[in-house]
Order: sequence, then structure tokens, then C-alpha cells
Amino acid sequence: MPKEKFEILETACVPLPLENVDTDQIIPARFLSATSRDGFGDNLFRDWRYLKSGEKNPDFVLNNPKFGGKVLVTGKNFGSGSSREHAVWAIYDYGFRAVVSSFFADIFKNNSLNNGLLPIIISEDLLKKLHSQIQSDPSTKVRIDLEKQTLTIISTGDSVKFEINSYKKECLLKGLDDIDFLLTMKDQIKEYENNKSMVK
Amino acid sequence: MEAKTLFDKIWDGHVVRSIKDGPDVIYIDRHYIHEVTSPQAFNGLKQRGIPVFRPKNTIATADHNIPTKNQHLTIHDELSRNQVERLAENCKTHGIEYFGLNHSKNGIVHVIGPELGYTQPGMTIVCGDSHTSTHGAFGTIAFGIGTSEVEMVLATQCILQPKPKKMKITINGKLGKGVTSKDIILYIISEISTGGGTGYFVEFAGSAITSLTMEARMTICNMSIEMGARGGLIAPDETTFEYLRKVPSIHGVNDFDKALSEWKKLKSDEGAVFDKELFFDAASIKPMITYGTNPGMGMAVDDSIPQSDTKGGSSSESFLKSLNYMGFKPGMKLMGQPVDYVFIGSCTNGRIEDFRAFAHLIKGRKKADNVTALIVPGSKLVEDLMKKEGLIKVYEDAGFEVRQPGCSSCLAMNEDKIPAGKYAVSTSNRNFEGRQGPGARTLLASPLTAAAAAVTGKITDPRELLNN
Repeated sequence: MPKEKFEILETACVPLPLENVDTDQIIPARFLSATSRDGFGDNLFRDWRYLKSGEKNPDFVLNNPKFGGKVLVTGKNFGSGSSREHAVWAIYDYGFRAVVSSFFADIFKNNSLNNGLLPIIISEDLLKKLHSQIQSDPSTKVRIDLEKQTLTIISTGDSVKFEINSYKKECLLKGLDDIDFLLTMKDQIKEYENNKSMVK
Repeated sequence: MEAKTLFDKIWDGHVVRSIKDGPDVIYIDRHYIHEVTSPQAFNGLKQRGIPVFRPKNTIATADHNIPTKNQHLTIHDELSRNQVERLAENCKTHGIEYFGLNHSKNGIVHVIGPELGYTQPGMTIVCGDSHTSTHGAFGTIAFGIGTSEVEMVLATQCILQPKPKKMKITINGKLGKGVTSKDIILYIISEISTGGGTGYFVEFAGSAITSLTMEARMTICNMSIEMGARGGLIAPDETTFEYLRKVPSIHGVNDFDKALSEWKKLKSDEGAVFDKELFFDAASIKPMITYGTNPGMGMAVDDSIPQSDTKGGSSSESFLKSLNYMGFKPGMKLMGQPVDYVFIGSCTNGRIEDFRAFAHLIKGRKKADNVTALIVPGSKLVEDLMKKEGLIKVYEDAGFEVRQPGCSSCLAMNEDKIPAGKYAVSTSNRNFEGRQGPGARTLLASPLTAAAAAVTGKITDPRELLNN
């Protein structure tokens, strides 16, 4: 089914410079009992965002009015752990459209691409630079152009090309869906089943 | 002919189509589903107005969100009950075999798949659960997927996947007393970090691996995801075939000997090239325990917490945040640290062999008064075997209560939560912040180390209790 197309983003960033942020932090398991995809943003980073009392944790970046925007800039190995796609739904539902890190856990990356959330991999050096830039000036904006595969820090002009395979790029730009694609292959799949061998 | 890895052979045998500069379309032989990550996928099929393409290739169970006491009663929590009921309905609608709550073969998806003969060498296996890597122990390509991908498999029996790189980890030598396969995998992850395997599919090999039972191999492959790997696999051998000879039925296989002759071909060719190779010596592995909030933060149980994350390369901010959550300090020793909870179970260590090991150590001893223990078999069949072998009595005599099967406190979706600030020695797979309940502090270890903590009430080297 068609999804939202990925348009050029020009936005401020929310910095979360922690490493190994796992999907249990992104959305704790006790919020996974729902049977729809909606509303997970309310519990994004739940246990970091709220204190035990239920009050907002003033020290957590999502509660800091200085920071906002549609890009979450994280530390390395973001999205490790559980395969729960709810983590991506929560990030997207909150309003983010891209996540930047020096590397992502594999399942998280796939889940992101399947939901219109762009995972952007940049070098550790540039990631550090981006974090310090955002910390010193929270209004720092980036421009993300998926067509050109570039991420640019607007104020400094620093620009980097990121990798994405051309199939997934096309899907995101046009709002296409893997299942629609696979459904067009039914005959080929049946033919495979008829001639299947365990190994090649 | 070009020398190929086992991974390449199975992968290439399942490519329906390769997309230029894109992923491969991979055919999936076995699809496991459970209540938590499947409802949105079934909703998707409904919205598209399409059926499940190959219902016989999908097997369902309820495990993540079920109680481990009084399973014959209605599930108390409304959302959880709804989720389990939805799975039952979806299976009925689409003709999918369902081992639901109170079924005599219910259990954790990665425990029942192998024990019921659904997991077979050479297969591609997926499930909306990262620990699907468990099934790699049988020489399969098995990995966890997201819900959109669950929908893909239900709709077309295929999935789009970029081909991962290949890594080989060889562990040679003999394991010391009190050292288990859980310690092997915790040791490897502590050496290469939770991101060390990202982008790779890992083949485990070497004499320390081939000498392991199937249960022990499953523990290793299960936690390959915890080093970031897409999955892990072990070439099938006589141990594998012996296990398969004993399962009640091998689904879809009419001629065992014919299947066996195919399975025997499943190994990496001599000279096959891996993108990365690592070697470890089994003799240098001790009983392990984790001290932080990811599975890479592990050490020998008698060691001291390091001053910084030298191996994982995390910043001091992340490292200290983690220790602060755990209530530990750099340089601290954990031996003798009081323990509040002990959990044995999960898809990592919830098999019969794990409960035998735990029983062996607690036999003739008593549960420490300060410890609350959660003893949760991985499946009904494991529970049945525990009864048959007299293990339940051993547990009860030592003051332990055995619960009913389920994922339980591993991810604490049900009531089996560890309270905030409490320390739990757990045989599960993740020590993330809040994993076992908000504020809970998890120390991952083997069933033997967990048993040692359960009877002494503190972190103890299990080798000290294994002398007799």
C-alpha cells in the first residue's frame, strides 16, 4: 500500500549522543500489547523521558525546549536488541523522519526503511562534529536530500554523501511498498517452489 | 568449483530473484509467529484483501505476553488477553497451526520449533523475534524480522533482504569445569562488543562447538544477535542428526534417510572465504557474568569491573551511565554481591538441559532466604520432561517453585517483573535498562551461575559448589 513519500527535509535536530541505544529503551516491552500501529510515539523513550513519579524528566532531551526537529542524531549501534518494529513506529509517530548514526543494528535499519524512516550512516568523526555543532547551537539545521543522498549542515555548509541501495531509495522517494512489489512476483515464486533445491 | 560457505550455499539456494543494487528476494521455508509482532501484519493482509499465501509454512504460538501461573484461567490483563485472542482468531481464519495457551505443546517459539521437528537443516527460517537466530544451531539461515516483513512472508512466503557478509568464529579446546555454552557466547560478546557482528552472518565452528549438545548450540546461536550479527549457524553433524531422530515427527519429511543424505552435505567447503575470521581458546573461558546494561558488558565472575569500555569502545558517558544504573563502580568485584532475584528460563536457557544443570547444583541445598526465584520452563514438553525425570521434586525440595512455560521475566511483558533497583541473576539474553521491569538490574549468566546465586543469595563462582 502506498506510504508517505520521502521529501527533502530541512530541519533542526534532536541530539541523543548515547551509544548502543537498544529498542527496549526506544519502546519498553510493556507497551507492546497493542494490536495496531498507532500511538506508540507517546511512549517513545518512555523510561528516560518520564521520572518514576510520572513527571517529565527535565534532563532528557525530548523534554528540553531548546531542541526540536524531525531528525534524531544518535550514537553508534543505534536500535540494537529486539526486532520490535514498534520502535520504528514510535520514532516515526513522534514526528521524526530520519535518524543519524555511525551505524545501526541490522533489523532496526530494515524496519526503518520499511516504514519511511530514513537511517543515515555517517562517519564517527562527522557524527561527533554534528553533535558538538548541535550542542553549541541548538537551532542548527540540516538539509537531507535523499535523491542526491546528501546530508548538509546548513550553517557550516559541511556536506556528506550517504549510502542507500537504489531499490530502497526508489521505494522511499515514491512511497512504494515491498509487499506490493512481492505480490507482482507470485508466478516467479510459484515457479521457484516447483524447482526448489535446498542449496546451490 | 568455487569453494562456498554453508551460509552462501543455503542463501543461494533460496534466492528467487536478485534485484540489481538492491536486496535479494529470499524464499522462506519456515515462518514462526507469536502474539506480539503479528497482529499488525494480519491487519495489513486484511486491508489489502489478500490471504496467507502458504499457511502450512507458518507455525504459531503464544509465549511473550502470557502469565506463567494459572494459565487455565482467563488472562487478567485486558490488552494481553486481546492480543492472544487475536492470534488465535487470525490462525483460525487463515488455517495456521497454533500451539496456543493450554495446548499440550505450547511454549516459547524458539523452544518448540526445534523440539517439535519444524526446524530442519538447510532451511530458511524467520520470525518476528530477534532470537530466531536460535534455529541456526541446526545449520539453517534463521533470523529475526520486523512486522512489515512478517506481513511480506504471510503474503508471499518471501522476504527482501540484502545479503549479509560472512564471519567465522572458531573456538577450539576443552571447556573447563562449570563453564557452559552460555559462558562461551557471553565471553565472545564481551570480546567483540554488541556491535561487533553487525552486518555479518556468523558460522560457529571448532572443537569446543562440535562437542556441544544441540541445546547448548542453540544457546550460542540464540545470542549471536547480541553481538549485532544477523544470525549464527553451526554445520549439522551426528549430534544434530541424533537430535532429529528423536523428535516426534519431522514435518514435511517422509523419508528420513533421504533427507539425512541431503543434510550431510551441509557444510562450508574447504577453503571457503569468509569476510572475517576470529579464533578463541575454550580453555581461557571462565563462568561469565554481566555487570552493565548491554550483553557486551560481561566478565569472568571472579573478575573486577573494568575502568572503561576498552573492548566495546563506548564513550565514558555511556559506560558510566550504565554502571550508575546498575549501582556499580569501575574496578568493583561482583563476587559476594547480594542478589534479590534469580530467573532461569527464556529461549536462551529454557531447555531441559538447562533445568538439569540448575537442578544438579541446587540438589541437597536450599534456596537462600533473600532470593526470589522464577523457574520457568521453555515449553510444556520441557515441563513434562522435568516431571518425568523427577526434577520438579528436586526444585521443590530445595524451596523452588516451578512455574508454567512462557517468555516470562526475560522481557517482563507479563506480571513476572523484577522490581526497580533489585538485582536479578538471569539466564536470559538481555540486561538492557528496564528489560526485566522498570528499574530492574539484570546480571546475565549461565544456569550454573544462576543456581549458585540462588542457593548462596549472592554472586558466587559456581565452580566453588561443584567440587563434590
